[in-house]
Amino acid sequence: MAEPILSVRRLCTWFHQDEGIVRAVDGASFDLEPGHTLGIVGESGCGKSVTARSILRIVERPGRVESGEILLRRPDGQVVDLVKLDGQGREMRDVRGGEIGYVFQEPMSSLSSFHTIGNQLIEAIRLHAAVSKKAAKVRAIELLTLVGIPRPTQRVDSYSFELSGGLRQRVMIALALAAEPRILIADEPTTALDVTTQAQILDLLRKLQAEQGLAVILITHDMGVIAEMADDVVVMYLGRDVEQGPVETIFHDPAHPYTRSLLQSIPSVLAEPRSRLRTIEGSIPHPYARPEGCPFHPRCVSAMAGRCDRSLPEPTTLNARHAVSCFLYDEDGAVPPSPGLLERAE
Amino acid sequence: MTGESQTILEVEGLRKWFPISRGLLRRVVGHVRAVDDVTFSIRRGETLSLVGESGCGKTTTSRCILRALTPTDGAIRFRTEQGEQVDVAKLPKAGLRPLRRQMQMIFQDPFSSLNPRMTITDIIAEPLLVNGVRDLETRRRRVRELLDLVQLPSAYMNRFPHAFSGGQRQRIGIARALALNPALIVADEPVSALDVSVQAQVVNLLLDLQDRLGLSYLFVAHDLSVVKHVSDRVAVMYVGKIVELAPTTQLFTRPRHPYTEALLSAVPVPDPRRRTGRIIPAGEVADPANPPSGCHFHPRCRYAVERCRVETPALRPMADGHLTRCHLAEELNLAGVQEGHPPATT
Repeated sequence: MAEPILSVRRLCTWFHQDEGIVRAVDGASFDLEPGHTLGIVGESGCGKSVTARSILRIVERPGRVESGEILLRRPDGQVVDLVKLDGQGREMRDVRGGEIGYVFQEPMSSLSSFHTIGNQLIEAIRLHAAVSKKAAKVRAIELLTLVGIPRPTQRVDSYSFELSGGLRQRVMIALALAAEPRILIADEPTTALDVTTQAQILDLLRKLQAEQGLAVILITHDMGVIAEMADDVVVMYLGRDVEQGPVETIFHDPAHPYTRSLLQSIPSVLAEPRSRLRTIEGSIPHPYARPEGCPFHPRCVSAMAGRCDRSLPEPTTLNARHAVSCFLYDEDGAVPPSPGLLERAE
Repeated sequence: MTGESQTILEVEGLRKWFPISRGLLRRVVGHVRAVDDVTFSIRRGETLSLVGESGCGKTTTSRCILRALTPTDGAIRFRTEQGEQVDVAKLPKAGLRPLRRQMQMIFQDPFSSLNPRMTITDIIAEPLLVNGVRDLETRRRRVRELLDLVQLPSAYMNRFPHAFSGGQRQRIGIARALALNPALIVADEPVSALDVSVQAQVVNLLLDLQDRLGLSYLFVAHDLSVVKHVSDRVAVMYVGKIVELAPTTQLFTRPRHPYTEALLSAVPVPDPRRRTGRIIPAGEVADPANPPSGCHFHPRCRYAVERCRVETPALRPMADGHLTRCHLAEELNLAGVQEGHPPATT
């Protein structure tokens, strides 16, 4: 296994509000390998977006990274802990948009309507590289060509509101790639798009990744998108990584009861018409009413009274690349608990 | 019942054009043909789904049927409880009142469709009050029945919407729609705002209610996998027109229009072993204010021939009763979804 380019270790990002503390991310750990796509999947409130914002150090108040490490490995072998950097400081600003590019869900609110897309690209290019305005404009047109925008020499002077949703998302991707990052974080990049446009954007992301050797963190609630794009998958529930492994394992040999139920409850185009879906009992708990013990136990079909409702399961490795946080796997001796994937770097 | 009285809704030649006004005198310079010649019918107890990408006119069609919009042209014949056919499209506002009881709507967004200042009893009982149920105790009894029907504890009667999760709110919206014993329910994207695990519960609830109460559904959605689970028949819309209409399994396994083939192919399949074989149409959905000549889909269609550019195809029945709006339907052998499509790669 290659050395991870980014390692998140026991990340906790909490929001301190008058009503109490919302533990949006509460001990998530995972690794991103160079050239791989890591899919982070989960339902609303699982902390997948806050994880992305924590890596970029753009968590809004009253939220803040409480503890944990976000280790970025540079090509020269140097390792930086992003948690220790000043979120607004020079070094973090070089990482954000420089070494790590990012694409968000809403292409309309992420782009300015007052500046042409060309000027926004030129700004991003010149922020991270000392080039003339003229050279930056040439580069901007190159980037627009790269992301498949038709007639880039004319489109460079248009405004974001003149473009369709699909084209806007392409511009967002061009912006993210402006400083030639090594890592791209894409948070629900296709959720606001129609299905045929989504297919085009996913195709583009795949092509760019192959050409530029990017490592991608793809965050989505859509298991279909994960199955199509990811090499490795992290399944999150209420701020914790409950299971992680290669995409093939997660879909064809899932271990955690939540992953299993989630996969069974997805509607399928292959289903019989008027067939009922498998469901997961109950709903995602309110952030202030976080269950004791394993956060999934009130909805879990395999919950063990006295154990799952009392203590929090730690990740257990099932094999070198497959880890699950569930008492089912350390209790019956299926696999003895051992330091593995997650503890390796500590 | 005779065959005819089994039909609850007949839509014929429905048009809704929105004028585009320009200049000082607000002269009408063109029309957005949001819905342009739509014809279909729904039988009692049946679910017909309208699918398509944003801007295809599916929501405008559903709003015309409920007369939230006044159609430009066409007939919407609704069969009332008394067995007479009424053309909703031509009724004056006053005449609509008694019909509105029999056709109800379920909305997409469970957060903005419930008044935050009303208790759920008041929300669910409001249609009863408006329709002359004066007695408080009668109303409360009916609310209890309805909560029971949508599987919410009646202990929640006096709470406000903020205390409920998205799935529970959608159940409240369904209870409100059922309050007056409607025969037809128009559901516009009823589960698309919900998380997967909760979406499955609401899909099952809608199917159960239909079986128990003999409801007819017009189901408007963009998610083809949900549509596969709930529908008896499916109509695919593109730029204001129905391009294909067929029984669900037939449409999914043997599509007869290239746009349907492309839509089905673009749906990400939640299985990493099936990643190849997508047919992604180039370009974007056409502008309904200025649709392409001939077949509206021809600029994006991989099978288009000269005839498609000049001659507008009609919606016509194939030998098996499948309706399609494609000149080449007989010659093309289009791919649908089935086990092994897209081909598995291991």
